[in-house]
Amino acid sequence: MKDILTKSALELADLLAAGTITSVELTQACLDRIEALNPKINAFLHVDREGALATAADVDARRAAGEKLHRLAGVPIALKDNMVVRGMPTTCASKILQGWLPPYDATITVKIRQAGLPIVGKTNMDEFAMGSSTEHSAFGPTLNPWDTARIPGGSGGGSAAAVAAFMVPLALGSDTGGSIRQPGSVTGTVGAKPTYGAVSRYGLVAMASSLDQIGPVTRTVADAAALTELIGGHDPADSTSLNEPVPPLVEAARVVAEKGAIEGLRVGVVKELSGEGYAPDVLTAFNETVEKLRDAGADIVEVSCPSFDYALAAYYLIMPAEVSSNLARFDGIRYGIRVEPTQGPVTAQRVMAATREAGFGDEVKRRIILGTHVLSAGFFDAYYGSAQKVRTLIQRDFARVFENVDVLVSPTAPTTAFKFGDKIDDPMAMYLNDIATIPANLAGVPAMSVPNAVSDEGLPVGFQIIAPAHGDQRMYEVAQLVETLSDDVVSQCPAAQWDEKSAQAGEVQEEK
Amino acid sequence: MSRISTEEVARVAGLAHIALTPEEIERFAGELDVITTSVAKVSEVATPDVPATSHPIPLTNVWREDEVGETVDRDEVLAQAPESQDGMFLVPQILGED
Repeated sequence: MKDILTKSALELADLLAAGTITSVELTQACLDRIEALNPKINAFLHVDREGALATAADVDARRAAGEKLHRLAGVPIALKDNMVVRGMPTTCASKILQGWLPPYDATITVKIRQAGLPIVGKTNMDEFAMGSSTEHSAFGPTLNPWDTARIPGGSGGGSAAAVAAFMVPLALGSDTGGSIRQPGSVTGTVGAKPTYGAVSRYGLVAMASSLDQIGPVTRTVADAAALTELIGGHDPADSTSLNEPVPPLVEAARVVAEKGAIEGLRVGVVKELSGEGYAPDVLTAFNETVEKLRDAGADIVEVSCPSFDYALAAYYLIMPAEVSSNLARFDGIRYGIRVEPTQGPVTAQRVMAATREAGFGDEVKRRIILGTHVLSAGFFDAYYGSAQKVRTLIQRDFARVFENVDVLVSPTAPTTAFKFGDKIDDPMAMYLNDIATIPANLAGVPAMSVPNAVSDEGLPVGFQIIAPAHGDQRMYEVAQLVETLSDDVVSQCPAAQWDEKSAQAGEVQEEK
Repeated sequence: MSRISTEEVARVAGLAHIALTPEEIERFAGELDVITTSVAKVSEVATPDVPATSHPIPLTNVWREDEVGETVDRDEVLAQAPESQDGMFLVPQILGED
């Protein structure tokens, strides 16, 4: 592997600005690695070699001409395949959208284009972002670069694996119940869900609109900060977009990295998210990091959020309800595939039913039906109405504990990466993997996962930091402190040893 | 709360416009039953004195000036449709449906 691929996005940005490397060289290196490793990892569903190199060449020319460019100009990026890029296939890993070319750019795409980051392609995911393992992709699962017998998390397993395998320094994911943070945890990458509304969702194919947020997937906290600064900010095209400035996240992280401490930091350990149900190796890594924070001067207190025990249940009522509404747009009329019934009259209703039967996978159908059921007459109050009340209680729990602490912490996921097939036939077991990440989505508060250890099995573990709404800056400061106090997890990924030639020769390690 | 029967799955699949096979209906009924039983615990704490929250942030209507702006290209949009005709989406027969 070329040395430049191991560098962080901000290190690469400095090298580009200094003229040590060109964006074309860097982008070509990423594309070569994707070409070599993607047949093994399946992190990408689409690669835009020509488009990425054209952007890179344009940035190089503008830089050579002395133009003042965005700090990340020329640094390649990958987008989860539920974010639209005009003219680039977007499938949401679903057969129903196979071959669709969006006629417009998402707001995050516009910002990335304006900043001059080459978009190298679209990453694999659970279909329409529904899943915790990327096994629900219609185009095959993504493999975890730490151990290819294991899942890379979901639904953003493609973005996480692409970053962990040094295919690309930056990627974007979307987080509805933990789909950036849980893959981050099991692939040793940094993943952040900003405060709800801090990043525009215009052009993100909606799964559950009151929960979805776009966020960064990177190998360092500072890179995540830089990418969030780029994509954040008010967007008139998104009615839920916050009208407030993006905080100086990179600078905040830099100050903490230099000091190695945060004065007066109060950290709450969530009792309900760090006990029963969490694997011993995950809890050991978590407790050791908490002790490091204490040694660095943080005041550590245990806090209780009793409503969190109901978060998973509430989430699996609210989310499918919104799914059933949002996915009604896939009707075989305006985009995607159209399937006509093999028997009987070819009416709009029957075409829609046949198209959705053929185009959607099992998990999507399961959630649409569950959502339609909980919203139907006679069940609405008992299910959806009750779940919305739990949402209130969770928000109250957050508000109460944040009166006394700056951030909350927990393990990001209850286990390290599990093996393919372990939970695919048991939806509830799969859903339980998001138990620690879901409360933040229900309340709209920011949360992120930072790799903090490697387990005895040689698998990464993630440490979650949750901040109050609009408290993203404090969250990044604590995340930087955790990263500073932790071992370098990313470089321990076996993919760091994979080179492109042996991958093409089929010598990449299959499994442990 | 009632359990999910195969009849309920078939009814809801009809509402959701998904033509499930009998095997899928049978399988989903079992899986959804487990899920709904698990999530029914929300009623334990959802007492009448707790207000419902539909969204993480308060929503207000958003207005903009009524000015002509950039729109997506119609030909580009229609090129992505399964069928189109005369600058419009071509829809299967709607009238006379059962």
